[in-house]
Amino acid sequence: MTYLDHAATTPMLPEAIAAMTEQLGALGNPSSLHAVGRRARRVVEESREIIAEAFDARPSEVVFTSGGTEADNLAVKGVYWARRAADPNRTRVLAGAVEHHAVLDAVRWLAEHQGAEVEWLPVDELGRVSPDTLRAALDKADDVALVTVMWANNEVGTVQPIAELAAVAREHGVPFHTDAVQAAGQLPVSFAASGVQALTLSGHKLGGPMGVGALLLAKGIDPVPVLHGGGQERDVRSGTLDTPAIAGFAAAVQVATARREEEARRLAGLRDALIKAVRTAVPDAVLNGDPENRLPGNAHFSFPGCEGDALLMLLDAREIECSTGSACSAGVSQPSHVLLAMGADPARARGSLRFSLGHTSTEEDVAALADAIGPVVERARRAGLSA
Amino acid sequence: MTLRVLAAMSGGVDSAVAAARAVEAGHDVTGVHMALSSNPRSYRTGARGCCTLEDSRDARRAADVIGIPFYVWDLAERFHRDVVEDFVSEYAAGRTPNPCLRCNEKIKFSALLDRALALGFDAVCTGHYARLENGVLRRGVDPAKDQSYVLAVCTPEQLAHAMFPLGDTTKADIRAEAQRRGLQVADKPDSHDICFIADGDTRRFLAERLGTAPGPIVDQDGNKVGEHDGAYAYTVGQRKGLRLGTPAPDGRPRYVLDISPVTNTVTVGPREALDVTEIVGERPVWLSEPPSGPLSCQVQLRAHGEVHDCVAEMVDDTMRIRLARPARGVAAGQAAVLYDGDRVLGSSTIASTVRAAV
Repeated sequence: MTYLDHAATTPMLPEAIAAMTEQLGALGNPSSLHAVGRRARRVVEESREIIAEAFDARPSEVVFTSGGTEADNLAVKGVYWARRAADPNRTRVLAGAVEHHAVLDAVRWLAEHQGAEVEWLPVDELGRVSPDTLRAALDKADDVALVTVMWANNEVGTVQPIAELAAVAREHGVPFHTDAVQAAGQLPVSFAASGVQALTLSGHKLGGPMGVGALLLAKGIDPVPVLHGGGQERDVRSGTLDTPAIAGFAAAVQVATARREEEARRLAGLRDALIKAVRTAVPDAVLNGDPENRLPGNAHFSFPGCEGDALLMLLDAREIECSTGSACSAGVSQPSHVLLAMGADPARARGSLRFSLGHTSTEEDVAALADAIGPVVERARRAGLSA
Repeated sequence: MTLRVLAAMSGGVDSAVAAARAVEAGHDVTGVHMALSSNPRSYRTGARGCCTLEDSRDARRAADVIGIPFYVWDLAERFHRDVVEDFVSEYAAGRTPNPCLRCNEKIKFSALLDRALALGFDAVCTGHYARLENGVLRRGVDPAKDQSYVLAVCTPEQLAHAMFPLGDTTKADIRAEAQRRGLQVADKPDSHDICFIADGDTRRFLAERLGTAPGPIVDQDGNKVGEHDGAYAYTVGQRKGLRLGTPAPDGRPRYVLDISPVTNTVTVGPREALDVTEIVGERPVWLSEPPSGPLSCQVQLRAHGEVHDCVAEMVDDTMRIRLARPARGVAAGQAAVLYDGDRVLGSSTIASTVRAAV
């Protein structure tokens, strides 16, 4: 098996499995006041400190969630509601045009049901949001509730100039959220230095378990809750804390950030070899995204004349696992909004594949793809673009 | 011989068992669910459909249980163009189309098959109740489920790459087999009617697309006996829903005899006036050797309709079918499928009919 879909999920790190397994057998609700509760609470708080330290945040700024999607929803909806409650005029949301669906659809929902005015920040052909674009949008509006732009794109891997964007928002006094799910563990992510007020993390993209994530929330940013209940996390997020998952998440963060620099260099080397191999086998393949500022583990191509679904199936039959990188509805791929926003036509958008590398990737993985991709593309071309 | 087989999986029990049987026969099988609507919610929901999110999930789950790879292929554009739009324009032209038949001809054994062949598959397997051996298409053994009629428009070239593993079994046995195989869809109700008409209201579906076009309903002498909101909403042989203001002089029920889109007129008359003695079919397909002269055989004129003795003959490009005894309710646009016993000989699309002199 050649697993080239680490951006979907990456294998759990042994350290995370060990930390999580240890807690699965242990009793205790971290909110209980007795001894076993205190024991569980200690695990949660130590985990919080590990995660805070890894991303240069204060422990009190870490709000645990059920994952990236919940953290994005809490940031986008919660901050919108809070800002609008403080000043009813603030109904404008500025969002990147290439956001993940967890942000994209939360923003759309605010527009459809909560009276939000949405302005999608356009991207260039490499998928970048320019700070000037954001500045222009903020200069002409005084009713902005929040700005949200992802740190690195999940499909094409383009890294955004987050610190510059956040600085522009700060000048205008508008809170800035970033979805850093793909960036964390691959890029240097400092919550403090980035200047953002809210930052989304996910456990399973960096070697932790599924079903856990966090929203880093600067002091003074108090989103209206999406989930109401016991108020466990700063009264912003309710629900019994998942001690084993949080312990596994923290262990993964610790390992992933400690090895990050070395691992990013290794992955970038493999990625460049992969890009070269694909271009050699398929000379007209188009690399999407920013060739310089991209995630070290991401390679995303359009294969002219091919249907991404057909490529995926043919590679799957050769035990090479990758992704078309786009969202599904009943399993039907829609042309990627990311590629369309970057100016691709729908045919190019549909003929795309994402190969994403991670901590278990090796040169053999690249070699396997190098052998397969030529014949697979040739076969898919015969099947044409649409049935 | 091991074939690379693409199993079309609707999410129903039949196609699931068909896929399982193809695996058991030793083939290398991949399951594919055809997404036929770009917005899956817009088609039928619940038990009646074949294109819903639930169906896609059921198909995926069946593929898991069978242990085969599974994908969803988006055929919505082709389906819309070749089946849905064809359905609407056929009604607009005064004919009565059969969309399931069109789907087999244009989608399953054309768009899907072509793509499958291009991607390296050898055959497409479906859950149709029909037998196919060495290019000979026969009725399925379950007379209530036999689907040879809706497959008879496929050419020998199309059928050469088709596989129907269920033709030798009854539906009841297929359900029992699905249960034995641990397929959750074993008890799933059969789909009915037309999958792309969400609420089953064909008349309203057509009205939304063709608009209202009021016109007269006349008797055979041309006297106006009622009004309609669009001739497309009627089918030859229809009796119900005519809402005629003027009763027939003899008080007997009246039936739709003709639909003329040009004059936007619906003609009604007594039951006997529906009697058809001869049929002219276009777009003939022969699954057997095309006859050089008159051929005595049987013909079926609609899905699950009765079978009539006939003599069929090719006259230039058309198929002329003389019926041994008059048939009623023969609608243009339906298929005339020729049989020799349970064997399908060929088919054509009914273009016009010759009525018995009343």
